[in-house]
Amino acid sequence: MSEYLVNLKINNIPVSVKEGTTILDAAKKLNFNVPTLCNHPDLSVAGNCRVCVVEVKGARLLAASCATPVSEGMEVLTNSEKVRTARKHVIELLLSEHNADCTKCFKNGHCELQDLASEYRIGDHVFIDLVKAKDKIADISSPSISKDDSKCIRCQRCVRTCDELQSVSALAVVKKGDHQKISTFMNKPLHEVVCTNCGQCINRCPTGALTERTYIEEVWKAINDPLKHVVVQTAPAVRIGLGEDLGYDPGERVTGKMVAALKHIGFDSVLDTDFTADLTIMEEGTELLTRLKKALVDGEKVALPMMTSCSPGWIKFQEHMFPDLLDNLSTCKSPQQMFGALAKTYYAKKKGIDPKNMVSVSIMPCTAKKFECGRPEMRDSGYQDVDYVLTTRELAMMVKQAGINFMKLEDEHYDSIMGNSTGAAVIFGATGGVMEAALRTAYEIVTGREVPFTNLNIMPLRGFEGVKEAKVMIKDVKPEWSFLEGAELSVAIAHGLHNANTLMKAVREGKANYHFIEVMGCPGGCLGGGGQPIPTSPEIRSKRAEAIYGEDEGLPLRKSHENPEVIQIYKDFLGEPLGHKSHDLLHTHYKPRIRY
Amino acid sequence: MENKILKKVDYIFQESSINEIIDVVSKTLTKSPDDIILDIIDSGLKGRGGAGFPTGLKWKFTKNEDNPVKYVICNADEGEPGTFKDREILDTVAIKVLGGMTICGYSIGAKEGYIYLRGEYNFLLPKLNKIVDDFNKQLKSKGIDFNIFLKSGSGAYICGEESALFESMEGKRGEPRNKPPYPAVSGYNSKPTVINNVETLVYVTMICKMGVERFKELGTKDSRGSKVFSVSGDTPTPGIYELELGMPLADFIEDFGDGDTKAVQVGGASGHCVPRKHLKETIIGFEGIPTGGSMMIFNSTRSMYNVLHDYLEFFNEESCGQCTPCRVGCQQLLKGIESVKKGDRKPQYLDELKKLANTMKVAAKCGLGQSVANPFNSIVDNFREEIIY
Ligand SMILES: Cc1cc2nc3c(=O)[nH]c(=O)nc-3n(C[C@H](O)[C@H](O)[C@H](O)COP(=O)(O)O)c2cc1C
Ligand code: SF4
Ligand code: SF4
Ligand code: SF4
Ligand code: SF4
Ligand code: FES
Repeated sequence: MSEYLVNLKINNIPVSVKEGTTILDAAKKLNFNVPTLCNHPDLSVAGNCRVCVVEVKGARLLAASCATPVSEGMEVLTNSEKVRTARKHVIELLLSEHNADCTKCFKNGHCELQDLASEYRIGDHVFIDLVKAKDKIADISSPSISKDDSKCIRCQRCVRTCDELQSVSALAVVKKGDHQKISTFMNKPLHEVVCTNCGQCINRCPTGALTERTYIEEVWKAINDPLKHVVVQTAPAVRIGLGEDLGYDPGERVTGKMVAALKHIGFDSVLDTDFTADLTIMEEGTELLTRLKKALVDGEKVALPMMTSCSPGWIKFQEHMFPDLLDNLSTCKSPQQMFGALAKTYYAKKKGIDPKNMVSVSIMPCTAKKFECGRPEMRDSGYQDVDYVLTTRELAMMVKQAGINFMKLEDEHYDSIMGNSTGAAVIFGATGGVMEAALRTAYEIVTGREVPFTNLNIMPLRGFEGVKEAKVMIKDVKPEWSFLEGAELSVAIAHGLHNANTLMKAVREGKANYHFIEVMGCPGGCLGGGGQPIPTSPEIRSKRAEAIYGEDEGLPLRKSHENPEVIQIYKDFLGEPLGHKSHDLLHTHYKPRIRY
Repeated sequence: MENKILKKVDYIFQESSINEIIDVVSKTLTKSPDDIILDIIDSGLKGRGGAGFPTGLKWKFTKNEDNPVKYVICNADEGEPGTFKDREILDTVAIKVLGGMTICGYSIGAKEGYIYLRGEYNFLLPKLNKIVDDFNKQLKSKGIDFNIFLKSGSGAYICGEESALFESMEGKRGEPRNKPPYPAVSGYNSKPTVINNVETLVYVTMICKMGVERFKELGTKDSRGSKVFSVSGDTPTPGIYELELGMPLADFIEDFGDGDTKAVQVGGASGHCVPRKHLKETIIGFEGIPTGGSMMIFNSTRSMYNVLHDYLEFFNEESCGQCTPCRVGCQQLLKGIESVKKGDRKPQYLDELKKLANTMKVAAKCGLGQSVANPFNSIVDNFREEIIY
């Protein structure tokens, strides 16, 4: 965008903005709010809902303010009679093809369409009800995502999300005119197509057309069943997101209050996925060093670069799109699934609980984990390792349902023996965090010294650039790691499947000579996960990232291998990283899938 | 206002050999691009695809864009109900279209031209392929750096809208884009593009052949030259006619009507309906009612409710569906007149619908949705009783 300034008037007030600015943004600068629906800060401009139209003096047509750049001398009215009439018509039209059963809708109270309808006091519609009965049957084939076409306003945010941010293109616009709709390949159920369950479309859907499949009722039932011992784990990014749905501004850490709320709700054991995040570092770090040794010393052919496997959306993406690179994936289960396998074995045994009576719940920033917990590979405890996955949003709902005044809660601590964690685990929630945690530990194991970065903060791995790269020189190693002496470890990080796609193409073409790659399926990493509070935007994700790194710096332990409970579990139960028990419980395999 | 009378003309379908046209092109290309553009501006030629934008200006804007890659596109999607003139032109005098494209390419600095041919016209492909091949060879032998390609369309009416046409050519779903940017800045493949109707391009060739002054002899100040009309409906003489612009509609009906004309739909489904009582004061041209060329004549046996109903069904099917005013608005207009007819809604509901149509006119994303108010309001205003009873 050029630095050239354009002068215009909006509602008779002069304003100067950079050339290329949209009327919408110029109006924002003057604090004039223009309603929008199809527009989203993460996506390309669509200009299809037309709710943002404004009047430009002298022009025959109203202008879609989200899609029209300012021009010199322009005089814009954002609330003239002509604009109000058109805007009301647009909202009324949308409602006339909308199954507006708000009281039964998952998005009730969080819906952009509902907000507009109430802002404009659209009571009884003037227009004829066009909702088609067949659209009222939602597609709930996916364990992660519910798609209800009768709630869809055709803004195409989901289509753009899936295409532009995720390079999956599971959703597309089909047909014309009154039959136009958002569909999948051959109109198949979501569960049967290439969808990765990442939930990014949900995060950007303005209505209740795309929502998570919710399991709140099942979880309440378990909690209220005296025979069941309900264990809950919370992922790193939940604690920095949850507050947004409970009255806080983005970027507020609410770890202690969240733990307190979970205890109030009635979970029997409140534990932390961060514990298995630390464990992941032990397993995955060892796996990497083993692969490097095989390659460098034994001359074996091993799949390098090795790639992280914490993100089930990313895993399914890889299974569909790059089945030729499945061997490159670490065999480590995601922290959620490691946790699940250990809860019903290690934890049950230690606490004297019959795993048969245990219900394992996880609170995740993620919708893909709802799919992951049902994968047939995820039953190594002899039971389904994780029974129910709830999103951050669902937890917020449970907190409200339980009548808890969240902001007033006193902080509480996780239970042991799977509740302790380090800062290294917390940063799993941000893109680059797994890599940073892995380097903090691996470097120290190999050299006996801390990573050479001020205060352990490996800044080159942080931030929201699509693909990040870094190199770490390994010198003065311990004798047993002599094969790594003088080696330069080369790593890369991608977040969001679009960036992953770019990076994987480079790997496939042999143009990416890295040793280790971290991929997170969602933009920004888990902090931007498909189960996080809505709305999302680059600013909100930045605030969440700051909160994550703040949490890390505030913790006494910041390296995974120093987690006392991790040390304990190897001593009491697992033996050693990549050992026999680990192999049985903590590692998995992947399967190729078709591309549509 | 200038007073013109109905006059038949024969520029468009005058036969020309490939050599003749190559000659016209070669001669024209001895002038500078700026001079050619000035000529086209001076001729007053306006687009024959419906919107009536001055052709020379369109070329000038595109020429002024600084980009090594530009395109010329001939819009042969011809989907407007009641229009079949472009098919006839391509069937009989395609060579003149190619001439116009080449002259345009030279003038704006484009090396490639595409004809986007309506899917239903694929039967013309073998013939057109041969003509285009021969023409390209001739250009090459004359050292003219311009190549023409044929693209077959997807069969959707909306793909005739220029930006949807670009999307379709790029292999995407044919959905209109936001404007600005206009094609002159960002068209096919996001490059500066001139898109002209088939007929417009033939007139370019004819202007270059016979000179600006001859062309300007016909028509009025606002509507220079002549135009091809597709005449259909209740007429003893349906067909394609080239007529001088600026004639009163009454004269036209005098010649083409069956003596019992009730109304004329000027400009196809997206055009205006003119009732008998307004024929005299209605001028066919850009100062009056502009038209892509469709003239549908209705006599007293026709139900104007059915006419409007058909148009609305057409829009319901052909709306790309992306924008709210058009996707839902079209459905509401159709269901609305049905419910008034059935008596489920009061006649006054038609006034609500007219307001809605007026919103569509200013708030829809592209010309399709914006023009639904033309037939809707003109038919409801003039034949209200027929809609209600
Ligand atoms: C829905 C819609 C359909 C259109 N279909 C055609 C068409 O079939 N042929 C055409 O030449 N122009 C069509 N147009 C107009 C084009 O967008 C464009 O204005 C025209 O091709 C420009 O050429 P001209 O300046 O030579 O008229 C259509 C416009 C709309 C809104
Ligand atoms: S999507 Fe919004 S407007 Fe529609 S039913 Fe749900 S809450 Fe109500
Ligand atoms: S969940 Fe992700 S992959 Fe699936 S449709 Fe939504 S954005 Fe696309
Ligand atoms: S599903 Fe949601 S995001 Fe997608 S088009 Fe419908 S309303 Fe928009
Ligand atoms: S006006 Fe109609 S055809 Fe044009 S973009 Fe909107 S929905 Fe599509
Ligand atoms: S927000 Fe501008 S058209 Fe939808």
